[in-house]
Amino acid sequence: MNGTLFWLGMAGALALAVFSVIRIAALENRWSGLCTAGLFGLWVLFFWEVLVRALEVPRVLLPAPSLILGSMAEHAPKLWGDFVQTVGKAVLIGWALGCGLGFGVAVAIDRMPFLQRGLLPVASLTSAIPLVGVAPIAVMWFGFEWPSKAAVVVLMTFFPMLVSTLAGLKAAGKLERELMYSYAASYPRTLLALRLPAALPFIFGALKVNATLALIGAIVAEFFGSPTQGLGFRISTESARMNMPLVWGAIVVAAVTGSVVYAVLVALERRAAFWHPSVREG
Amino acid sequence: MAKATPSRAQVWWHQGLPVAVVLLAVLLLWYLAAWVLNAPGAIERVLDADVGYTWQELFTATMSMERPLMPAPHQVVLDFYESLTEWPLDSPRNLLYHVAVTGESTLLGFAMGTALGLVLSVLIVHSRTLDRALLPWIVASQTVPVLAIAPIVLVILGSLGFSGVAPKAVIAMYLCFFPVTVAMVQGLRSPQKIETEMMHTYAASRWQALWLLRLPAALPFLFPALRVGVAAGLVGAMVAELPTGAQAGLGAKLLTGSYYGQTVQIWSALVMSAFLGLALTAMVAAVERVVLRHRGGV
Repeated sequence: MNGTLFWLGMAGALALAVFSVIRIAALENRWSGLCTAGLFGLWVLFFWEVLVRALEVPRVLLPAPSLILGSMAEHAPKLWGDFVQTVGKAVLIGWALGCGLGFGVAVAIDRMPFLQRGLLPVASLTSAIPLVGVAPIAVMWFGFEWPSKAAVVVLMTFFPMLVSTLAGLKAAGKLERELMYSYAASYPRTLLALRLPAALPFIFGALKVNATLALIGAIVAEFFGSPTQGLGFRISTESARMNMPLVWGAIVVAAVTGSVVYAVLVALERRAAFWHPSVREG
Repeated sequence: MAKATPSRAQVWWHQGLPVAVVLLAVLLLWYLAAWVLNAPGAIERVLDADVGYTWQELFTATMSMERPLMPAPHQVVLDFYESLTEWPLDSPRNLLYHVAVTGESTLLGFAMGTALGLVLSVLIVHSRTLDRALLPWIVASQTVPVLAIAPIVLVILGSLGFSGVAPKAVIAMYLCFFPVTVAMVQGLRSPQKIETEMMHTYAASRWQALWLLRLPAALPFLFPALRVGVAAGLVGAMVAELPTGAQAGLGAKLLTGSYYGQTVQIWSALVMSAFLGLALTAMVAAVERVVLRHRGGV
């Protein structure tokens, strides 16, 4: 009897969920898009929680969201340590170094078309190569601590930045270049005043892509061997111990980090490249 | 058409020479790195410090160490070649065996992920609700290291009794799925308003508009996403081979190599996975060329 009532209630809730999402999606105003996605997410969480409890799904398969949150709260110091180890050290340093090197090399070979023609095809091809595979070698060279992860991240982020910056430096229009030329502007002046600003959208594009790549690189590199801390270490060891709520917790930390970094970069881009059409329209 | 098409030799001179120079420089740097990095180990293990040694002896010692910190290129090439020629195809010592294992799960996952992405993007383009409820999440997933949930997928599928190729293919699938969906939604929406209105005046049904206008217009968006997807799928398949203690596959080969300190084997497995990645991407690019030529574009 209780069972029937429960399933009737679930059917009602499902109908309500579908109806509410469709209604909000049909609204014509600024916030409709955001609200629909948010509401949809909330409903998914609701059904996840209720169904996992009602059907008594084993924790190993799928822990309820409340269980994940509880586990995150319980192991907060541990997860904070993992966050500092992986994001604060490996990702941040590797990302900054990799992007800085890529940018530096691109600017340095800006006046050497021969090297550009040689490096660009090679750099573009690296996107097809599973570069994370160097993790075991990095561990052998730099040890189990964060430098080996940062090295993998440097390697993964270097090439996208190089390719994007080279493309960006070619982005300034012919008219503008000729204007600079008619002002008798020197090479560095043209670079600083025209070509680098014109390259900003490309550079930010690479920074954003690289932020995700850096997280992936650091986490996967920790799967290959790590100290007793780090998000990737937590994910691989706790999933081996079948402590799935904590694994999900570590993934939530990684996902939130990725989204926040992306949002910060978008905000920075809006300030730095405020004049660019893609920013002005959005 | 004022520009004369350059001859083959000119193209080679213009493109091939710089690439060749860069590759040669990489090779030289590699040798240099092997020498510098291996020197301390060689002095300690191979050469006798009391007797003394010449530079030539040090150099030859660093080039042919048993377990070097950095194997010299010719050592990797030799190991690579030996593994391909001296062992039968079904032996785990042969790298092609691991390529087959990893490639199979990558391709299977790639096919499934692409199919799923195509279906979902068509649904999203035709449903306002799905567009607003689902698409933001799929786009947001691009900023999240989704590869991190691979161990969870392995545990879930493992406890449901799936093993072998299925879990790896599932991981490759969801990694391919996200970029394909995002790009296809963009591509299916790329036709100009005037073109969709023309389909409307022809009284074309939604299916006809999809088949005759939207899908062909989306193809240039699809293929870059497929290249990204197949590369991501390969990484996914290799990562999926790590925690299970799998015996086969390039990821497992890398891991066992690092367990036993077989650096030369790690490097040749790495080179092999680079070749596999390039081959998969080249395959997608070849399909792209055929399809887009057929379409009359490019």
